[in-house]
Parts: sequence; structure tokens; C-alpha cells
Amino acid sequence: MDIIREVEKQHMKADPPAFKVGDFVRVEYLIREGKNERVQPFIGQVIRFGGSGVRKTFTVRRIVQNEGVERTFPLHSPRVVNVTVQRGPNRKPRRARLYFLRGRTGKSAYL
Amino acid sequence: MSDIKFLLARKKGMTQIFREDGTVVPVTVLEAGPCTVTGLRTPERDGYCAVQIGFIPARAKHVRKPQRVAAEKAGVPAFRVLREFRTVSVDGWEPGQELTVEQFQPGDLVDVTGRSKGRGFAGTIKAHGFGRGSETHGSMNVRQPGAIGACAYPGRVFKGTRMAKHYGAVRRTVKNLTVEGVDPERGLLLVRGGVPGPPNGLLQVRTARTGVKK
Repeated sequence: MDIIREVEKQHMKADPPAFKVGDFVRVEYLIREGKNERVQPFIGQVIRFGGSGVRKTFTVRRIVQNEGVERTFPLHSPRVVNVTVQRGPNRKPRRARLYFLRGRTGKSAYL
Repeated sequence: MSDIKFLLARKKGMTQIFREDGTVVPVTVLEAGPCTVTGLRTPERDGYCAVQIGFIPARAKHVRKPQRVAAEKAGVPAFRVLREFRTVSVDGWEPGQELTVEQFQPGDLVDVTGRSKGRGFAGTIKAHGFGRGSETHGSMNVRQPGAIGACAYPGRVFKGTRMAKHYGAVRRTVKNLTVEGVDPERGLLLVRGGVPGPPNGLLQVRTARTGVKK
């Protein structure tokens, strides 16, 4: 098991971007357009972390045209170029996974 | 040495790695080698060509006498595991040679052989992929095998009808796995995909018999 951890470490980012559940973040994700590659930002609120080791992921939720959109990114993927925290939560979240935000809009989705 | 490469290994478990372009590759981590050539099988003496290699050094008192004496005669240390690999000829091989993961390179195709996980006496669902009956509506026919034959004709059950059986724990080979990484320092081999057997199970790794390198 420890050998697996060591192998994973080699493929993990040395210092992964630091952010927490509830933070509003800007994820810079490399996408391929034809032959070119460009960075596509995805801005929203982190609602959960999943997995561990190299398989660690996080899910970002935002509202696009009145429709909730969630995207899950592998934290250690080279395609996730950068994650910057734009602002923290209004109140410290009391749970690890903010699924309760899904049904809410406006003021009740405040956190 | 011939162009076929082989090693003994232990399965350590699975994980995933990222390629540079972000593609995720599922890999099995193998703790492979170091192995030592402990003997040769020659056509003159044995009627076939093979190279015997040993894996995991053992204290002499833990090795049975035939193997221990053979090792002493060949002038090699005793090993817990001995396996033979068939080769075209034994030219260039001699007892005492060390084999490590360094002979493999990322991109190589390998066949991995091992003993699959034992499932014990398994029912038809696990052993043959049969369907399942209804669990509700008063059905008691949940994991039963169903009908196994007809009536007066043929008046017997056909040979080979799939039934519950002892399943797993047999020798299995997974062919043409790509070597995704080699770590000479720790003696690790990363191959793409799964391999037979439980964690720490013994595996034989060799150059793929049929595969063509892409």
C-alpha cells in the first residue's frame, strides 16, 4: 500500500492549489480547440472534494442562465492549470459537502 | 542474451497516472525483481530450452533440499520462488546473472501471468454471468440456475451444461499490457490495466508473445 502512495506522489502536483469547500474559485482548465490549446476559466463555488491521493477531485458549482452547472475536476490533472480563490464563503460552512445549495437560489443559497 | 525479457514480480495494487496531456492511465504497480538466473535447461540434458530464475532471497534452511543443493551446485543463493521461462536457446545465459526491471522500457508490451483470485464454489451468476430472478412478488427463484434440460427427450442433462462450480484460482495470462513506467530505484514496473491475482500475488512478466508495439 505504501508503495502505491509513493508512486502516486510522483504524479501528484508538488504544491496543489490551496482552497476549501465553500470558496469561490476560478479554475483555469486547458482545453483543446482543433490544434490549439487555450485556457478556459470556470468560476464558481467549491461544493465538495472527492477521492484521495492522485485521484482527488473537486466539484465547482455555478449558475449559468438560471441553470445550475457543476463540473468536477481532477485536482492533480495537468489540465487544471491553476485555481485561484476569489473570495471565501460568507459564513464558515459547517459541513464538508454543500449539496444543500443545489435546491436553493438567491439569498437562501448564501453561505 | 536473447531478445525476450522476463521477470518475476509481486502485484502491489492499482492506481492511476496522468500523461503529460492530461490523459488518465489506469496502472497496476508491480514490484518486479531483482531476479537471479539459477539454472538453465538445455536440449541435451533436459530436452528443451529454458532459463530458471529465482525471486525473493531465502535463508537456506527455508528451502527444500533438492532446490538447495541445485543452488549450491550452480553457485547461486537460495530463493523462495523459482520459475522457468522457455527460450529459443540458452546461449548467453548463465547462472548468477542478475535481472532487474531496467530491461523493460516504457512502451514495451508484456504478458503478465498469475493465479487469479479464488472465488470458492461460486453460483451460476458469478461463475457464468447468468441473470437473476425477481427478488420480490413472492419469487423464491433469486439466484437459482433455472432449467438445465428438457423432458423425456433427451432424458438427461447435456454434458458441459453451465452450473455452479469452483471458480477462480487458476493460471491466467493477460496479454499485451503496455509498460507505462519503470522505477529502477524501487524496482517497480507500472503496466497499463489489471493483472490476475490478489495484492502481493506472484506474477510472471515477459515480453508479449504476439503483440506489436504501436
